[in-house]
Amino acid sequence: MQGSALNESQIALNYHKNTETTTPHGAHHDHRLFGLVLFLIAESAIFLGLFTAFLIYRSVLPVWPPEGTPELELLLPGINTIILISSSFVMHKGQDAIKKNDVKGLQLWFAITAIMGAIFLVGQLYEYFHLEFGLKTNLFASAFYVLTGFHGLHVTFGLLLILAVLLRSRKKDHYSQESFFGVEAAELYWHFVDVVWIVLFTLVYLL
Amino acid sequence: MNIPSNIITLIIGIALTLISLWYGQNHGLLPVAASEEAAQVDGIFNFMMTIATGLFLLIEGVLIYSIFKFRKRPGDRTDGPAIEGNVPLEILWTAIPTVIVLVLSIYSFEVYNNMGGLDPMASHDMGHKMAHQSTDLPSSEPVALALNSDNQKIALGLGASPGEQSQEPPLQVNVNAIQYAWIFTYPDTGIVSGELHVPVGQPVQLNISAGDVLHAFWVPQLRIKQDAIPGRDAQLTFTATRDGKYPVICAELCGAYHGGMKTFLYVQTPDEYNQWQQDNTLAQNDDLDKAVAVNSANLSDGEYLAPYAQEMGIDSNALEQLHAQHHLMVSNQ
Amino acid sequence: MTTSAQTIAHTKPSEHKQRKWQDYFTFNTDHKVIGIQYFVASFLFFFIGGAFAEVMRTELATPDPDFVSPEFYNQLLTMHGTTMIFLWIVPAGAAFANFLIPLMIGAEDMAFPRLNAVAFWMFPIGGILLMSSFFVGAPQAGWTSYPPLSLVAGKWGEEIWILSLLIAGTSSILGAINFLTTILRMRMPDMDLHSMPLFCWAMMATSILILLSTPVLAAALILLSFDLLAGTSFFNPTGGGDPVVYQHMFWFYSHPAVYIMILPFFGVISEILPVHSRKPIFGYRAIAYSSLAICFLGLIVWAHHMFTSGTPGWLRMFFMAATMLIAVPTGIKVFSWCATIWGGKLSLNTPMLFAIGFLSSFLIGGLTGVMVASVPFDIHVHDTYFVVGHFHYVLFGGSAFSLFAGFYHWFPKMTGRMINETLGKLHFALTFIGLNLTFMPMHELGLLGMNRRVALYDVSFQPLNVLSTVGAYVMAVSTLPFVINVLWSLFKGEKAGRNPWHALTLEWQTSSPPIIENFEEEPILWSGPYDYGIDTEAEEEEETVAQILAEVGSESR
Ligand code: HEA
Ligand code: HEA
Ligand code: CUA
Ligand SMILES: [Cu+2]
Repeated sequence: MQGSALNESQIALNYHKNTETTTPHGAHHDHRLFGLVLFLIAESAIFLGLFTAFLIYRSVLPVWPPEGTPELELLLPGINTIILISSSFVMHKGQDAIKKNDVKGLQLWFAITAIMGAIFLVGQLYEYFHLEFGLKTNLFASAFYVLTGFHGLHVTFGLLLILAVLLRSRKKDHYSQESFFGVEAAELYWHFVDVVWIVLFTLVYLL
Repeated sequence: MNIPSNIITLIIGIALTLISLWYGQNHGLLPVAASEEAAQVDGIFNFMMTIATGLFLLIEGVLIYSIFKFRKRPGDRTDGPAIEGNVPLEILWTAIPTVIVLVLSIYSFEVYNNMGGLDPMASHDMGHKMAHQSTDLPSSEPVALALNSDNQKIALGLGASPGEQSQEPPLQVNVNAIQYAWIFTYPDTGIVSGELHVPVGQPVQLNISAGDVLHAFWVPQLRIKQDAIPGRDAQLTFTATRDGKYPVICAELCGAYHGGMKTFLYVQTPDEYNQWQQDNTLAQNDDLDKAVAVNSANLSDGEYLAPYAQEMGIDSNALEQLHAQHHLMVSNQ
Repeated sequence: MTTSAQTIAHTKPSEHKQRKWQDYFTFNTDHKVIGIQYFVASFLFFFIGGAFAEVMRTELATPDPDFVSPEFYNQLLTMHGTTMIFLWIVPAGAAFANFLIPLMIGAEDMAFPRLNAVAFWMFPIGGILLMSSFFVGAPQAGWTSYPPLSLVAGKWGEEIWILSLLIAGTSSILGAINFLTTILRMRMPDMDLHSMPLFCWAMMATSILILLSTPVLAAALILLSFDLLAGTSFFNPTGGGDPVVYQHMFWFYSHPAVYIMILPFFGVISEILPVHSRKPIFGYRAIAYSSLAICFLGLIVWAHHMFTSGTPGWLRMFFMAATMLIAVPTGIKVFSWCATIWGGKLSLNTPMLFAIGFLSSFLIGGLTGVMVASVPFDIHVHDTYFVVGHFHYVLFGGSAFSLFAGFYHWFPKMTGRMINETLGKLHFALTFIGLNLTFMPMHELGLLGMNRRVALYDVSFQPLNVLSTVGAYVMAVSTLPFVINVLWSLFKGEKAGRNPWHALTLEWQTSSPPIIENFEEEPILWSGPYDYGIDTEAEEEEETVAQILAEVGSESR
């Protein structure tokens, strides 16, 4: 068995060689972003599944939304939408900042994004409590709550990511010009949640 | 590839073709065909069996031949020839299956169209039929409203065959599937029955609905099947050509006694059929009270069954059956 | 994912050069450990799922529901289907992928080792959760769980079914992310896509399918869950919903799922045949691309499971044609495999026997698959034993045979020990006979009129059913030599060197079992993965040949 003839120091050596050649934030950094993109593709497929179901109901049912569904209020969700979309731009400024090694800037912009995200969620909850229909009222109502709720969960998760970045950025030199995967990941995720919302808003509120 | 290119190949090829052709016609795997549609389906199955037998023999033959011919001899430690591909051959075995599946698709399309699968007219009358039926059977009321059938452009299932559309209007039978029974209503005569009786040679249109969960109407000898979907209408059209008694089977899992959800299709001569029709119309009127009386006297859950019994006016036998099944269902819940 | 930069540091237990047995019971991030964990866990579930099948077959030996109650029968069949698919075949595919991908492409581990371990541990958790449903009344609406039945037959069993599938699904999504990233981003410098072993191509196609389709199942299950627990009516007609929407969403996943269950094993076969035939694979590119073609076509044929359901006529026609087209890329593979064997020097050892067994029985399943794709015919046989026959031929005759082939083939690599050939051949013979005896009569049963998922059937079907039951018992017996063989060889088997089969893919260049970070030194791409027969003395002296091959290889590329 040639393999076991190998002594430990060789393996150790082998290991060191590898860590030295691949800088921890070089190659692996790339993999992680790649992996995240794949993950987001899978996530889109869930939303696509839900949206398609929604569209099928829309096209199969004679009256949509079913009779007796109160009109959806557009003002609040509209404002909410604008807030969410603009938060994406605000967030991007955060990444710009860290690219210039400006941790303070990162913190500032991300904090603003977090607040905007929180406003969105509160707005959503407010809407839930003031709607005239409940989860079980009819198919449209159920679809409305499940779609927005599932999206809301994603916003919540994105918010947690942002908070995690903020927390970590307090550690000295955690993020820098060269190394800011966490920032990138959180931002990519947030953009994703944003795009999903745009589609969802169009489907549920506008169509 | 050193294909043994000589007479042997030719002989093998011919033998293979002949065997396939013969077996494709003589496999004897199918039950009797009791309708024209069934005969067409058998045609396509035989065709597929022919192709499948050929491919089966070819590939299994290659495998068995290789096992014996190309087995590594003891002591031989060399590799085989380094052949990495052969483009013409690869094109050939891409092209042939492509052609086969295209032919098969077209043939299937033909048959399906002949069976009435693409009849777009069928859906129009269906909406009304449904309305009619839901008044017949209280159990189907809540669900029948779910989807507006007028909204569906195309019927689910099989409509009239293209050639048949102008012929006599088919005999209408409404089929309602519930756990675990079939209820057939003849809208023209008002007969409600647990069995399906149709005259031989006349087109029949079944309007299929479900009262609770999914079921599927299947008569193997007719080769036709359609799911009964709560909230949706479906139909099957067929013309039986051979009289006899054939099983009606529920083919979609619908609960513990799915396997017991069976009844019979009686394909009868016009005389027999008329006789049956008369008997039942009479029974419907005369025995109504009796049936219900038996029902409420002996049965604890008569209340549940009463509406069915009333409409079905069925002979006590069928009632018993239904009741037994209902019991199973209840004890099962 | 965010932490995988650090995981590299964790996967470096440079203190010991071989894994200890305890490692296999822990949260270990070594892809080889994870691969073996997947194997062992999935085989445990295979025995459980097989035991369910044996009870079902015993019940079906007689027409009456006398051995188990019809209700329990339905629970068994649901659990049997779910277990075999989600807890055996799919994870076994992941087992091969985990063990082999990094070795085959010369990487030292997966791209995200820790994510990998998370993905693994979700699977037994989901599995145990599923089994626990027996305590509350197992799900009984079939592995397809069509509403409305699934909404009315036992609430908690159904909910547990949903949850465990969500867990298993997430696990397979995480796995797919890992496989795809590893294959695309971590190949050793000399290896381009077209000098990658075909197994990696197959896993690429599989992972794409998983990423695109599994989430849709999740969406369906979430909606089903709402219907079940919160009383909404997405799929419940009483409240205005539509059960057919569920069927579309379910099959949008579950049809690709059948290719998720076969593609990795197509890959396995492409690895095994050249090695034991001593011939290059015939038509490398055709086989590689046909995996992608199957992947694409697999995504657009789902409604062939709904030909008798709520699918309008013209849609049935579209799905029929698309489905039949899959015969073309699959045929390319089958013919190429036959051509690989043809003219080779076959060693008929256990892995090779299973591989040939795969070819011969998958063919039968494939041919019946094309038959059921024909709408008019499927209208007759849908939901009958004909379909049951079809899918056991592709699943057992296909996936499972090639699983066994791969298991025997890489057993020396995984354990460093050779398998006992006699027991292996006995296992093959019994399984092959059992398979055909069990599942061949089912076709005839279906044609004659026996519907599936029934505990009671017409007396006239009894003789064929008895035959089938006997076959099932033979298959049960066949697992005995298998288990004995594995246990015996693990401890007493002949020592296997690095490369007992004289194979050319990279995993055989390292020791058996491979050391912790796979290769002592940077592996070198001596030759293409299947360059057999370039030098006829190939098996005589490995070292010199390897050098020759390297030269030839660099020329030919
Ligand atoms: C590993 C799993 C697997 C695989 C690989 C396949 C492969 C195929 N399957 Fe199967 N299938 C299942 C698993 C699988 N299936 C399962 C589990 C079900 C039932 C689910 C349930 O209801 O519970 C099912 C059900 C199922 C149905 C629904 C039947 C019904 O419920 O009524 C259909 C219909 O079209 C179908 C078709 C096909 C086709 C066309 C292929 C093709 O991919 C086959 C292609 C292969 C070949 C054709 C052989 C080799 C090719 C050649 C030698 C070339 C020349 C050939 C020709 C020209 C024909 N399958
Ligand atoms: C990979 C998938 C796979 C595999 C390998 C199998 C393997 C087997 N299956 Fe199948 N089966 C399915 C997937 C699979 N199945 C699916 C998806 C369904 C559809 C479910 C549904 O309708 O919802 C189904 C349905 C199904 C039915 C139809 C049920 C019905 O419709 O009523 C039948 C009937 O005979 C059956 C039988 C068998 C048999 C005899 C085996 C044999 O090959 C099993 C052999 C294995 C063993 C015998 C294990 C041996 C071990 C022991 C016996 C030891 C036990 C020891 C301990 C527990 C410690 N299966
Ligand atoms: Cu009704 Cu099965
Ligand atoms: Cu399919």
